[in-house]
Amino acid sequence: MSERRVELDVLRYNPETDRTPHFQRYSVTCREEWVVLDALNHVKETVDPTLAYRWSCHMAVCGSCGMMINGEPKLACKSFLRDYPGVIRVEPLAHFPVERDLVTVIDDFIAKLTRVKPYLIPKEAKPIEAGEYRQTPAQLKRYKQFTLCINCMLCYAACPEYGMIPKFMGPAAISLAHRWNQDSRDGGRAERQEEIAATEGVWECSFTGACSEVCPEHVDPAAALQRVKIKSTIDWYLAHTMPWLNK
Amino acid sequence: MAQSNKPIVWGPFAAGGTLTAFLTPALILLTLLAGLGHVPELLAYEALRAFASHGLVKLGLGVVIFLSLWSAAHRLRITCYDLGVRADTLVATLVYAVAIAGTLAAAVYLLRLPAA
Repeated sequence: MSERRVELDVLRYNPETDRTPHFQRYSVTCREEWVVLDALNHVKETVDPTLAYRWSCHMAVCGSCGMMINGEPKLACKSFLRDYPGVIRVEPLAHFPVERDLVTVIDDFIAKLTRVKPYLIPKEAKPIEAGEYRQTPAQLKRYKQFTLCINCMLCYAACPEYGMIPKFMGPAAISLAHRWNQDSRDGGRAERQEEIAATEGVWECSFTGACSEVCPEHVDPAAALQRVKIKSTIDWYLAHTMPWLNK
Repeated sequence: MAQSNKPIVWGPFAAGGTLTAFLTPALILLTLLAGLGHVPELLAYEALRAFASHGLVKLGLGVVIFLSLWSAAHRLRITCYDLGVRADTLVATLVYAVAIAGTLAAAVYLLRLPAA
């Protein structure tokens, strides 16, 4: 198995001692088939135990290890060293405040995710004895793609609108709202529209498509947002041209 | 939070974008053909003029022209914003006014065509 000397430029920031963030160069011997996360773990184990970053599953499922690698939002566990020939620059996810080193403060995203109620709000509550909610394969297909989101926030780091307008609900939260709105068992659309049909909801999106380019799970959030726009537009015109439909 | 009124401008933009995506290539092809002197019998000036004289066709043409102009205006507004022109209200007023003026001009010409 071949090995390679890998040089990492990692953004360091310790709020207790540093006034501003700075880059620190690490040089470690890595195996050619490693990913950037392996290299960071190797640094932490053998060179610098103070380096802070989030990770958990090492298999693109948990969504914890999102970071900027050579300026692009990536999962460190999915970024192979062989794809990065020179010095590798590693920074915390863009558009989020830095807590320490590569660890970001994600409170804003969590608050937005909570606001869109990303869970089943049953059309009609029924007792457990009445059995399960049934769904056809066609009904499942309408939303399945949008269930693949792992909340890794790469789309927020890629989104120029979120960078400019921090109030914007952002790609993942709106895609997940759309996921539940599309679910045949769900009846919570009106509640979610309160958040996503507002100006700070889907309407700050200018469809640059960066979210879909960086999404590691191919959720295609940009498509979800376009569909939310179309549906919200139909809502608006119905509500304003046929007021007798409003209950 | 309050429902946004953005659908007023976005609705015709999206409709116009979809429409022009299909119409523009056909128009370019037909214009090139006409420029090269190959005008199909069906699309000759007299035939088209007679076609456009019908009330419903006038309405259809008016809608198509409005949606296409509005879509282009909105696209231009967003482009200005992306290029760093942040006087959005001014830009929006200007570009939408041009789209409406173009639509009104088209309406005037369409109405001046004698009815079939």
